[in-house]
This record gives sequence, C-alpha cells and structure tokens, in this order.
Amino acid sequence: MDLRATIFDEIRTVAAEQKKQLPPLTDELSLQGAGLDSLCFAILFARLEDITGGDPLAMSTDFPRTIGDLVALYDQALA
Amino acid sequence: MPTLLRLIERASGHDRVVATRGYVAPLADFAWGASLGSHPSDLAGRSVLLCVGDMAKAAAALIDLDCCARRIVLCPPGWDHALLAVAAQDAEVDALVYDDERVAPPISVDVAIPCGLPLRPLRSPRVEAYETEWILPTSGTSGPPKLVVHTLRTLMGAIADAPLQQWATFYDIRRYGGLQIFLRALAGRGSLRLAGAVEGVGGALSRFGAARITHISGTPSHWRNVLMSGEGRLIDPDYIRLSGEIADDAVLRALRALYPRARIEHAYASTEAGVVFAVDDGRSGFPASWLERDEPVQMRIVDGALCVRSDRRALRFLGATSLPITDGDGFVDTGDQVEQRDGRLYFVGRRGGVINVGGAKVHPEEVEAVLNAHAAVRASRAYARKNPVTGAVVFAEVVLRDERTAHAECEREILAACRAQLPRHMAPAGLRFVANLPITDGGKLFRHG
Repeated sequence: MDLRATIFDEIRTVAAEQKKQLPPLTDELSLQGAGLDSLCFAILFARLEDITGGDPLAMSTDFPRTIGDLVALYDQALA
Repeated sequence: MPTLLRLIERASGHDRVVATRGYVAPLADFAWGASLGSHPSDLAGRSVLLCVGDMAKAAAALIDLDCCARRIVLCPPGWDHALLAVAAQDAEVDALVYDDERVAPPISVDVAIPCGLPLRPLRSPRVEAYETEWILPTSGTSGPPKLVVHTLRTLMGAIADAPLQQWATFYDIRRYGGLQIFLRALAGRGSLRLAGAVEGVGGALSRFGAARITHISGTPSHWRNVLMSGEGRLIDPDYIRLSGEIADDAVLRALRALYPRARIEHAYASTEAGVVFAVDDGRSGFPASWLERDEPVQMRIVDGALCVRSDRRALRFLGATSLPITDGDGFVDTGDQVEQRDGRLYFVGRRGGVINVGGAKVHPEEVEAVLNAHAAVRASRAYARKNPVTGAVVFAEVVLRDERTAHAECEREILAACRAQLPRHMAPAGLRFVANLPITDGGKLFRHG
C-alpha cells in the first residue's frame, strides 16, 4: 500500500463528499490551509483508521500541522 | 442584586472592552451610551428576543437589557424562522433586538430595535426595575430546543471576585458555556475577546495573542483545532478552561505539553444544572469522593447518570409542555452517564447513546430512520465512534436486504443518500455491513452503554 497516495485519495474523497474546494495537495500544505473543517478531518481520520488499522492521532501529543506531518505520523505508527 | 452595569462600574478601567474581529464595545461607555438607540427604556418590562449576529453587539445588548427587560431570550446564531417562532411563542416575546436596520426583522413583533456599535448617547434614563429572566436554549437534540429560565443570580453562582483577568473564548456567548465566560469577564477587571467564525482559529489566536489574554476557554473540540493549527503559541495564557464536552486525557496531555506554564482546568456544567465543578489535576474525569461533598453543589448517581442539586441550576423550563426541571429531592438529572474506575468517575456519554459530534448532538434513531428508508437496507444501528477531532463521529452497522450487494459501491450510495437527507454532522462517516443486529429482551435494538 502506498500510504501517501492512500491518504491523498482519502482527503480528495472526503473533500468531494463534503463539497469542499481543495488546493493542490502537497506535503507542505498546512492542514488548516486545506479548506477542510473539523468534521472533514474527523471523517478523514476515522476512515484512515479503517484503512491502516491504526489511530496514531489518539497516541500522539503532537498534532500534525501539514499533510506531510500526517503521512509521517501514520508511517511511523505502521512501521 | 447583581446587575451587569454594577459589575462594570465596580472596575471601570477605560481600556476594558468586549471585542470581536469586527466590533468593539468599550465597557466604560455604558455610563453614557447604549447599543439599543438612545432610548433603551422603550424595552422596559418586555420579553425580548435577542437575535443578533455579531457577539460584541450581542454583549452590548445584554448589558443594555439586563434589569430593563422582563426577559431576554438568547438566540444562538443560525436559528431559522421556525425555531425563532417557537421560542417567541414559548417565551411570550413582545420585542425583538436584531442586527441590522437595513434588513427586515426576522420575525414580526410589537417593538423591534436594531443593535449597533459604537454606542449612542442615552437621551432618557435607563430603567433598572426588573430581575431579568435570562432564557437559554438547551443544547438541542432534535426538534426545537427546550428553553430554560435563569437569572443573573443563578448564572453567577460559580463566579467569584477575581484579580485582573484578560479573557478570551472560542465559545458563543449566547450558549451557557460562553455566557459564563462573558459574565466572568464582566465580574473581573479586564476585557473579553471573542472568536468569530470567519477568521479561523489562527486569526482568533493572533488577535488574542496581540491582546495579551491571560484566561481562555473553549470546548475540547475547539482546543483540538488550536492544537492542529500549529499556531497555539501565539497565546501564552495563565489559565485554560475546557468545558461542554468530555475532556479526554489526550487533549489534556497535548495542552499541557503546549502550555507548560498554564493552569489547565476542565469544567462540567449544563444549561439546566449550571456549573457543577472544575478539575485541575491534569486528568480526565473527577474524584469519586466528590460525591460525598455537600456544598455548594451536591451530586449523586442514579442508574449510571449524574444528578445534581445546586442553586446554580435553571429555575424552570418554559413553554406549554414543560416538565419539572428537578426530581422530588431537587436534583437535576443531567443525562450524562458516568463510570467509576479506581476511585475516579469518568463521563462515558449521554443516556440513550446521544452522540456528541464536536458539540452537536445526534440521536442515533434519527440517523437510523434515514438509513432504514434506503431501498437496500433492512436494519441499522447508528453509533458513536471515538474521534480525535470531534470527540466522536457517527458510524452505522447495516443489515442489507440482499447480502450480495455488500460492497464498496453500495456503501458509497447509502452514505450519499444520508448526506443528502441529514445535516452534515449526522450523516455517517462510514458503514459496517453485518448479518444481523442484536436486540434486547424488550425487543429493542441493543445499544452499548
């Protein structure tokens, strides 16, 4: 599984479902700047938990700030 | 009797304000001016629906109306005409304070007065003749929220005199949690900065930081937003307060790491029961020994739910079908389920499994009604799934009419149907296809907790 591609896909799916406009996705893009609100992130993290079988956010004291941070967080958790 | 104007006069520093991004209400100016035109006394003795968008303006109107109006009905933003009409009827509204004189008032009443900042000079003396009833909606579930009656006395029961505190909150001051912070700020000696919806959490934090706020409150969901913004260090508070939802260890730990110097407290309150307690030992839940304390707020657990006896509680419900607010012993049933582990009590959810999605409450039955109406679905059970952002999200187990259709395309289609028919926070984030759903001895769908 390409984790980065999976996460990017899931972000696009949630944005489309919730009718949110996304800027082009990059590792540097801040989560706050992605145009998604709390509910979008809640849905995204729930689905990523289903896909990856892990919920690294519940364990972490450091909340991810960029999409790259988010990928890294899941990457470490699944390693 | 406390009044808002007395509170302001007691510490009338010229730099004290209630401010949003768009508006500033300087507190010292209420000595000569009002937000409700030059004659706020026109509203004396009336039951006033407060229907104002900007929170600084709403705050100014509250200061003008306290002790002048017989009742103030606080409408949270986003109420549609139907909700306003029900509230107006239940509270016998005969006057309206609204936002903008350029648009028509949202409902029709005898007297409608726009609220504006900056203040205008008073042309007739203020009327301070009433112990105003403050009417608050409960944080509604389905249908119109119930209205409860407070007075300044019940609302301020947990607020003590305090040294200089510069407050900020992410709450709306028209809900119980935010109103508490508004009153704390007025009873203190400093200002209150309020976060707006449009500026985003980063914008609010940067304003709060520039104002050097010392005390700040919000729900755990608000705080998770702050943590995710990466801009939490724009503020350096002495005190952080969480309330309105269950504060879990993860959010308390993360706040402790970000603000090592702050006192961090999570409070438990409800619109009906008032402020019950605040916990500052850094852990979720509260000591079970507090059930033995007798003053000023008593607690007991009945069938797993926390019940509270307190003189901070609402006096009664309003409306034709209103129920008594307490049981025979004077206890308010909060409906919040608790569980004891190792001498500590933890909140586990609402009775009946009402799901709290970032502060918005969802009756699983309402979600199930939509799911069950789908052609492919035979039965369903909506449930809360723990979530690091909103506390919980809605998921559902679904029994299909034809098991052979249990695939991703079918899930997408059912979810899309839910999104089309339900408010966003109520639509399930995902489904599990199951062969059957357990039922209780009483023949009802089995719900955990």
